[in-house]
Amino acid sequence: MAGSGENKTAMMRLSKFKYLAPRSVNDAAKMLADAGPTASVVAGGTDLYPNMKRRHQTPKTLIGLRRVEGMRGVSGTPEGGLRIGPMTTLTALERNATVKAAHPGLWKAVHSISTPILRNMGTLGGNICLDTRCNYYDQNYEWRRAINFCMKCDGDTCWVAPGSKVCLAVSSSDTAPLLCAIGARLHLVSATGEREIAAHELYRRDGIHFLSKRPDELLTEIVLPATNGWRSTYRKLRRREAFDFPVLGVGAWASFDGPVVKEARIFLGAVSPAPVEAAEAAKSLVGTRLEPDAVARASDLAYGPAKPVDNTDFLTRWRKEMTKVYVKGALEDLRGS
Amino acid sequence: MKTRLPRKRKVHLRIRVNGETHEVAFAPHKTLLEVLREDMGLTGTKHGCELGECGTCTVLIDGEPQLSCLVLGLECEGMDIITVEGLADGPQPHPLQQSFAELGAAQCGYCTPGILLASKALLDEDPNPPRDRIREALSGNLCRCTGYIKIYEAVELAARRLKDPKAEPSREILRGYEV
Repeated sequence: MAGSGENKTAMMRLSKFKYLAPRSVNDAAKMLADAGPTASVVAGGTDLYPNMKRRHQTPKTLIGLRRVEGMRGVSGTPEGGLRIGPMTTLTALERNATVKAAHPGLWKAVHSISTPILRNMGTLGGNICLDTRCNYYDQNYEWRRAINFCMKCDGDTCWVAPGSKVCLAVSSSDTAPLLCAIGARLHLVSATGEREIAAHELYRRDGIHFLSKRPDELLTEIVLPATNGWRSTYRKLRRREAFDFPVLGVGAWASFDGPVVKEARIFLGAVSPAPVEAAEAAKSLVGTRLEPDAVARASDLAYGPAKPVDNTDFLTRWRKEMTKVYVKGALEDLRGS
Repeated sequence: MKTRLPRKRKVHLRIRVNGETHEVAFAPHKTLLEVLREDMGLTGTKHGCELGECGTCTVLIDGEPQLSCLVLGLECEGMDIITVEGLADGPQPHPLQQSFAELGAAQCGYCTPGILLASKALLDEDPNPPRDRIREALSGNLCRCTGYIKIYEAVELAARRLKDPKAEPSREILRGYEV
């Protein structure tokens, strides 16, 4: 039977592509520039390959990063700022004792991503650049054709909000709100140069063009801020505790002067095409000791910026309501840890 | 001008599956799952959702459980792959296979190959895993028949048998709990 079954089996297959396997960052950047916008880089493949099978993306050239030198692993010290290679698998991060001890917020976010098997494959860089998700988009080709497609792929209409001019697909990365909250920086390299941006600058409120990274740019390093007494945490709401994308994620960060909050940042995930900053809520915490009153006030203030739309699991109104509960939980983590 | 790749162009690679090196020719866009099932005739690895949600296509790559439906065949050159066909030692089933059969941990059996391999990886790493650890290690393998209890019990029995081949399941597991 070897080789014969392929046309008879009902199976979703990858679209056809040319595969390139660069060995260095420079080669990868050059290949990406040469191949143009129809190229895609692939890290773990756990996000891109399902999308290719459902024909959301059909890159003509696929640049596999797994053999690129120097894109894996954790270096530096927590006090000097850890540097993480984007090809580091989520499992490797989860098992890294330094990361777990110095960055419990990041560890929690990573640990909450999908399943142990997928974490063996998926990478931090992949999770940062995760495609936005939507009930009308994450379907196979035939399903999408039956509704005449949607704005994000092959169509014109946003079925979530037919009046909307922009795509409302949801940012579903667990690490994104946390990295935005702690103020991580991202290093981008292209054939023409390199630059470093703050994590929150990577994201745009547009479900189609959700990254400010140019198509020819490669994420090459994630730089965590030096630890000096600040705390961070991540809370996630999902249908199944074992295995699900977030329908709400809360990344929270605070620095302290003794027990008093000096500065704070809160980012909400899975309520918009980009992580959303709850700036008022965070500001209200400055000068407090995260006492119950302060936490309750901040949780109420975080309710405003959370504007989920009806394109993932659960009732939209309930998801918005849960913002208060999950922000409260996150702030209690910060107080308690 | 559209350039079209010749339809029949295949890549020739050496892949190490179940301890044996194979030379295989396959289309470059095939996943490891397709290569195993269609080009190597190893149909023990099942295809389920094909999108990374169900876990039935789990194989071990360099000892780690990974989903063969989301790995390119051509990225597997030089890697050590174990499929369910490689679990038994000749005619002797692996203790996991033995205890799954004895305790009814397989019903329709479609998820079983993936669960066996995810369990093997767990036992290789932790020969004495507590129930929570088993639960977590198998959280990416969907089983709609058993309700998982029998699967957990079978993994625990296999863990005991790997240390003591004569270990028997407890009376409660075989006959149920008295109330």
